[in-house]
Amino acid sequence: MSFWQELQGYEGFDFDGFWRRTGPEDVRRVLAGENRQPLDFLTLLTPAAAGYLEEMAGLAQDITRRNFGNVILLYTPLYLANHCVNHCRYCSFNARQQIERRRLSMAEIREEAGAIAGLGFQDLLVLTGESRSVTPLSYLEEALDVLQGYFSAIGLEIYPLATEEYRRLLKAGADYLTIYQEVYNRKVYAYMHPRGPKRNYLFRLEAPERAAAAGMRGVTIGALLGLDDWRREAFFTGLHVAYLQRKFPQVEVGVSVPRVCPNAGGFIPPVSVNDPELTQIILAFRLFLPRAGISVSTRERPWLRNHLLRLGVTRISAASVTAVGGHARPENGTEQFKPADGRTVEEIKAAITACGYQPVYKDWHRLW
Amino acid sequence: MTREDRLEIGGKSLNSRLFVGTGKLPNQLLPGVIAAAGTEVVTVALRRVDFRSPQENPLSYIPENVIVMPNTSGARDAGEAVKIARLAQAAGCGNWVKIEVITDQKYLLPDNEETVKATEILVQEGFVVLPYIMPDLIIARQLEEAGAAAVMPLGAPIGSNRGLRSREFLRILVEEINLPVIIDAGIGKPSEAAAAMEMGADAVLVNTAIATAGDPALMAGAFAAAVKAGREGYLAGPGPSSLYAAASSPLTGFLREVSK
Repeated sequence: MSFWQELQGYEGFDFDGFWRRTGPEDVRRVLAGENRQPLDFLTLLTPAAAGYLEEMAGLAQDITRRNFGNVILLYTPLYLANHCVNHCRYCSFNARQQIERRRLSMAEIREEAGAIAGLGFQDLLVLTGESRSVTPLSYLEEALDVLQGYFSAIGLEIYPLATEEYRRLLKAGADYLTIYQEVYNRKVYAYMHPRGPKRNYLFRLEAPERAAAAGMRGVTIGALLGLDDWRREAFFTGLHVAYLQRKFPQVEVGVSVPRVCPNAGGFIPPVSVNDPELTQIILAFRLFLPRAGISVSTRERPWLRNHLLRLGVTRISAASVTAVGGHARPENGTEQFKPADGRTVEEIKAAITACGYQPVYKDWHRLW
Repeated sequence: MTREDRLEIGGKSLNSRLFVGTGKLPNQLLPGVIAAAGTEVVTVALRRVDFRSPQENPLSYIPENVIVMPNTSGARDAGEAVKIARLAQAAGCGNWVKIEVITDQKYLLPDNEETVKATEILVQEGFVVLPYIMPDLIIARQLEEAGAAAVMPLGAPIGSNRGLRSREFLRILVEEINLPVIIDAGIGKPSEAAAAMEMGADAVLVNTAIATAGDPALMAGAFAAAVKAGREGYLAGPGPSSLYAAASSPLTGFLREVSK
């Protein structure tokens, strides 16, 4: 039994009918209720709910402040390598892109880590492409060993692994796993991932539960918004979070809301997700999942991020460099995507403080 | 009050019965909130303490005369709680520790069994241990046996602001346990803090209700006043209450009549 079984339960579900049938009175009933169920969550994703964003925002802000306080955690990504054997249509690092491929040496990792820690960060998200030959587990273990000396919490955003492999990386110093399904719609998934091991939909879908079973402290998931109908994609993402929370009550389950960004491949997303829609997704997540962390990355503009801070977001990335080795040597390499928020850490901290929140760098203390 | 009413815990004698949590409050607001609360014990999650940067470190914002009680937030079992407590002590946070072992991320409910295990170990190591628990008499007795300095049962889930939902079980702990009972978590309003104190609780710990108030310092002061009022109400021994106005002796007045 995995999330796949639960997902299959919605095969043939009449989403279009649901959008049509749901009216303002249904939305009001869900807003007045507690202990919201999957169909209540779906109600909050309908076109009818778009007329209730202010009411949703009020509730979402209240729930977030009670559960997480007036605190926003700052993290930043570190790209270790951009070698990749997958052909994801939307990604600048895909195997077909003619870009310079780089992998940081341990000395370079030390240099990057020093530069990032020097900015104050304690929570690091480590990324690679998918290449078991260039960035095998042994490389990641070695990198984690180096990085542990600089950061109090390390998350991984890497290719999906088997349970035993996650256990190895935990032992090497990883605390969290971030892995996006990208798109839950299986047909669209097959189209978006024409070649490479990432074609294996189920292996990716079940990666968060393997990581949780291995003992990761936290797991963050998400759908890449813009690849398919966002209402359905957000719904399946929320169900996936709820499933993980239920099955692994000790694990901190988080959700992220990445929108497809302009990138080197010139990919045009088939679906657009505008700012009010993104806001609706975040609010619906918060009302359905009061305890889930919500991350918003530098894919989003400063203006939008400043406003979203108050509506349910608990973690934001800052000073993101999406090219390999770009912290210590900014002139280096192709970016995975162009960050829309190029503010310095100090500017972001000032904006968070101005909203009445406390920016925090540290939310875990390494025990080993 | 003429007689001294102080709370004795772990060799310290406290005047204030309001403990304050810091996890949800911006650092800059801490000094004002602590002053308004008149609190002498503040709990800080070690996971948040940033030893590299005084500016980011909540400890920098806590006055010297206030006892810092690090908590083991983030611990998923006794072993992690013990490690966090030792790290906190090594970092100069004193020997008080609030044990928090949480294996349910949705409601953040404490794992009582793991908490007992951690308490047993840390008491042996000389810590002043204040465990956060579900209000369970059997567990509280085990903690008493293990040498805990107090017990900290919840009124409702952390952050819920739902008040004293576990009132009956809290009352049992207050009656049966020979340790200070500090109601932790769930208290959302000053009136609920007063009610906890009237019931005979020895102190309350408040975080979310202050942190999420429109004016946290003002709310901290309101809690201080409520805790004091509730405590004095308890000490004064309230008269019995009744739904009805009391006739002097409606049922037995006949006994004073001349028998007929």
